Amino acid sequence: MKYYRSHVLVCVDPECLKKGAHEIMDALQDELVNQGLNDEVQVLETSRIGDCAHGPEIMVYPEGVHYAHLTPADIPYIVKEHFLKGRVASRFVEEVKKSNDEELSAPTAKEVRVVLRNCGVIDPENIEDYIAEDGYQALGKVLTEYTPEQVIDIVLRSGLRGRGGAGFPTGKKWQFCRASAETPKYIICNADEGDPGAFMNRRVLEGDPHSVLEGMIIGAYAIGCNQGYIYCRAEYPIAVRTLNIAIKQARGMGLLGKNILGSGFDFDIEVRMGAGAFVCGEETALMSSIEGRRGEPRPRPPFPAVKGLFMKPSNINNVETFSNIPQIVLRGPEWYASMGTEKSKGTKTFALAGDVKHTGLIEVPFGLSLREIVYDVGGGIKDDKGFKAIQTGGPMGGCLPKEYLDLPMDYEELGKAGSIMGSGGLVVMDEGTCMVDIARFFMEFIQDESCGKCTPCRVGTKRMLEILERICDGKGQDGDIETLEMLCEQIRQDSLCGLGQGAPNPVVSTLKHFRDEYEAHIYEKRCPAKVCKALIRYEITDGVCTGCTVCARNCPVSAISGERRQTHVIDPDISASAAVFVCRSVTSTPLSLSSFGS
Amino acid sequence: MTKEKKDSTPIVQPIVEKAIQRYGASQDELIPILNDVNREIGYLPGEALDEISRQLKLPKSQLFSVASFYRMLSTKPRGRHVIQFCENAPCHVAGGREVWQALVDELQLEADETSADGKWSLITTSCLGVCGVGPVMMIDDDLYGNVNPRMIPDILARYH
Repeated sequence: MKYYRSHVLVCVDPECLKKGAHEIMDALQDELVNQGLNDEVQVLETSRIGDCAHGPEIMVYPEGVHYAHLTPADIPYIVKEHFLKGRVASRFVEEVKKSNDEELSAPTAKEVRVVLRNCGVIDPENIEDYIAEDGYQALGKVLTEYTPEQVIDIVLRSGLRGRGGAGFPTGKKWQFCRASAETPKYIICNADEGDPGAFMNRRVLEGDPHSVLEGMIIGAYAIGCNQGYIYCRAEYPIAVRTLNIAIKQARGMGLLGKNILGSGFDFDIEVRMGAGAFVCGEETALMSSIEGRRGEPRPRPPFPAVKGLFMKPSNINNVETFSNIPQIVLRGPEWYASMGTEKSKGTKTFALAGDVKHTGLIEVPFGLSLREIVYDVGGGIKDDKGFKAIQTGGPMGGCLPKEYLDLPMDYEELGKAGSIMGSGGLVVMDEGTCMVDIARFFMEFIQDESCGKCTPCRVGTKRMLEILERICDGKGQDGDIETLEMLCEQIRQDSLCGLGQGAPNPVVSTLKHFRDEYEAHIYEKRCPAKVCKALIRYEITDGVCTGCTVCARNCPVSAISGERRQTHVIDPDISASAAVFVCRSVTSTPLSLSSFGS
Repeated sequence: MTKEKKDSTPIVQPIVEKAIQRYGASQDELIPILNDVNREIGYLPGEALDEISRQLKLPKSQLFSVASFYRMLSTKPRGRHVIQFCENAPCHVAGGREVWQALVDELQLEADETSADGKWSLITTSCLGVCGVGPVMMIDDDLYGNVNPRMIPDILARYH
């Protein structure tokens, strides 16, 4: 094999071609021959070095130097300087400006990127980029060196747990499905990432789809099945498109379809879209949806590993679970198990959202504390306000106050604290958040998404929502808190699926940690965070009001009355918020108004 | 999500035919078929459900039960332009409440309503998964992130 000491990549995107990229390539080849360097330096075509505003441009490796705005006349000088004298031809150097990625910035010190390693780095629509980053090597190894049982053993030893939320050991799940005798079997990827605040799966599907495909093919080999489905939510049209391109390219290279890599193993994948139902992220509801029915869960047993899709043995895993598999096979289960805590091995992606400075995706080993995630990785609270609470795990997760900031991220630790790992969504809330409003908010979401099949969830969450709405509206009653607590327990115990069982979590955790806010709403008719509009009242301060009558004359609902040069009065039965804005907008020195709960 | 709707009733039959040809006439292809038809016409008219029921040999009640279950399928006509606003926690916490109020005020519509002139439908959507740039809304296939109330009139003015 020929060994080159240097590679020159010439951008041949349309923009650069128009500016003469081919002439640059020719000039390079000619000059390298002239200097007797053509066996040492290879010239290659590439695309998207920068944004082509600086073309024609080239990248020289291994140094990674970017030369831009080139003409053929510049080439002899560059070749002599760079390849003969070993000096960078600095007057042609241009910094490559990477595009502004709002979701995924360069990794911070505490991050370890396994699942996200290729996102933003490779072209997801080019399988060769993935292969260049060791892509499909794990598959090759599996098909030539391991039996299905050995593959399952590797996954067991890695300690990988389902990343969709339940955290069930993946190796065990594969074992159960392998043990089922009935055929055909199905392997399914749950790409119905519906948790508000979670967009990790979306990023992986859009940025590194082949990692998911490779994980699925390895899983299918381990379980002994020949057909796979990726159930992707319809709200992710780009992900669906990227997946379909990736599947087509994989088929083209013999990595999917019949006789994969000549091993005799057949396997193919079909993408199925959802149609907008959060509950279809639940595995039995998901399968029901693929079967063309309402996304309603069903009781277990029988478990999907025994009777799943089309009543055949099926294995469902999350996008992130699958995309970990190739690295675990390549680098070994011991490497993966060396990261994390005793029971939570490996890394986890998290999506930071809410009132934090750097929202976006991160991937850290288990064991990092919430404090490190919010402050070291997330940069702290926006506008340097105070931290109030963080919700972990999505809409069925608990809200944890600042006393829990040193909690390590670990499945068991979060469970003990009254929350869940869930998909990894983290919503940070600052001191301006009303925790009763937040609980109401999540209950509204869950009520909306409840499939309606079982009474505790369908009716129970509705009753809870009604109570929470009354409380936020200033109509809370004595006994409401106790009723909420009773409903929480019943719904949790008696619901058919994880949605219902987890539905009370936001209320339970906010009642536990912020009970005083509920009591203020109910007994004092006061919203401490000044969020619930119905509990805010404005009053004009005596001694400050000059009696100019401007606000009274301009109030659209005639809520203000008063004589000239006398302190005016706001009628408390009519909404007075308009008065505040009228005063501030028409006078040059706005009144100071005191606002407090009634 | 909607094409330019013509004034006359959309021609349902060829659209349904095309969808069934594409996926095959079996129950497990029902949701892809409904998705395609909903996308072409803007919603699922009764005649479309009737035709699909006939070709797939499924009871109409079952068609309706599936069509009414999923948020992205609509059995009611929608406006020429559909505004999907994310009202979930991360967008809410990032200032979504004020943006929603601005939309309601500007359009004079509440959630799930279509304007009398048939131009706008305003609906709330499940999380779109771009929470890093919340508050977020989609108009047809266009995604808008980092939205604040002052941007609303300009954004709406782009659609005719």
